[in-house]
Amino acid sequence: MAGFNKVVSSYEEAMAGLQNNMTVIAGGFGLCGIPEGLIAQIKKMGTNGLTVVSNNCGVDGFGLGILLEDKQIKKMISSYVGENALFEQQLLNGELEVELTPQGTLAEKMRAGGAGIPAFFTATGYGTPVGEGKESRNFNGRDYIMEEAITADFAIVKAWKADKFGNCIYRHTAMNFNPMAATAGKITVLEVEEIVDVGELEPSQIHTPGIYIDRVIQGNFEKRIERLVTSKGA
Amino acid sequence: MALSREQIAMRVAQEFKDGDYVNLGIGIPTLAANYVPKDIEVMLQSENGLLGMGAYPHEDEVDADMINAGKETVTASKGASIFSSAESFAMIRGGHVDFTVLGAFEVDVNGSIASWMIPGKLIKGMGGAMDLVAGAKNIIVTMTHADKRGNSKLLSACTLPLTGVNCITRIITDLAVLEVKDKAFYLRERAPGVSIEEIEEKTAGKLVVEGDIPEMTI
Repeated sequence: MAGFNKVVSSYEEAMAGLQNNMTVIAGGFGLCGIPEGLIAQIKKMGTNGLTVVSNNCGVDGFGLGILLEDKQIKKMISSYVGENALFEQQLLNGELEVELTPQGTLAEKMRAGGAGIPAFFTATGYGTPVGEGKESRNFNGRDYIMEEAITADFAIVKAWKADKFGNCIYRHTAMNFNPMAATAGKITVLEVEEIVDVGELEPSQIHTPGIYIDRVIQGNFEKRIERLVTSKGA
Repeated sequence: MALSREQIAMRVAQEFKDGDYVNLGIGIPTLAANYVPKDIEVMLQSENGLLGMGAYPHEDEVDADMINAGKETVTASKGASIFSSAESFAMIRGGHVDFTVLGAFEVDVNGSIASWMIPGKLIKGMGGAMDLVAGAKNIIVTMTHADKRGNSKLLSACTLPLTGVNCITRIITDLAVLEVKDKAFYLRERAPGVSIEEIEEKTAGKLVVEGDIPEMTI
């Protein structure tokens, strides 16, 4: 009886069931708080035609950027992209589609998706290209557009520590989109730095309760820094 | 003389009040953090999920898990809090952030702003800019008054795709401080040594000049 034990011992097991043309939500902001080993596993599997929902698309050779190398991504839904030459090239060639979404709207779309809310109204993007073709309504004298929630076949999430039940905590700003991503996957896979015994994490300090998590794997992280700035070298 | 980037940032910092929560965009707005008056406290919000952004780390403090919205390594100040992107944008979109300062390509007399997309050039995305202009209580736009070819960036109507509509009330350029209201730019201050004529010449949208226009104190 596995009970609530969600720990898997291999990346193959962690990403089992991922198929071509699926949608994957990935946590992370830039290269901070990204599920490095799960992304590497998707590359290894060669799954293609993917729609990837993530704030950014990594850089050349790291993060989600490595999924561009074999053209595994069909469409990106992001707020800011183009930190990588390969991304730009595939976009200009028409090999890659991008749906630019305001950052707060993207976070809220994931949150709503995970919370069973199909759509919401926001002032963000009203009167701009983002609002074109979307339903708008006026509430108390202000105009809002309707934005639909996002869910995915898989959510890949990075946390600092988790127990076997999938209860987890994030570290510093590596939290970012991970808590919302965790709620919005049909299958949510959590890659963590450390798996601790059940009962070790203080219940009131848990960021994401295990109910949202289907699989947990312990990874090794490079944690590459995108822009190193120090108070001397700034 | 037109203001330098640092001088624009110095003038921006004069707008802050004690106890303000402030979000600073990339570029000139970020520089404003260096000029916060010593007798007030402001707390910087970074939209990737940090309220209370501190200085850049010393080499031995660098932590890959501590970055700002520009993806630079940072530290947290004393009294900081860290949270998710949804929480971060709830405070932005819910109007809890007192000030946001951001750059722009164009602003018009309706208070609309274009800052994220130039058709024909590679479009990288709006990041959090659309949320910030829709949500902050006070928005200050910093930019040069005219582009390198001398074309005004203060227009009757923006020509580029918009970031937000009817949301900008204050603009600080290298030449002037302006308020946007009643479908016009109201000149409030001019840069030291800059004439009203020069500002008029470089403002394409309707400019209102009322009474004496003081020089900025930098």
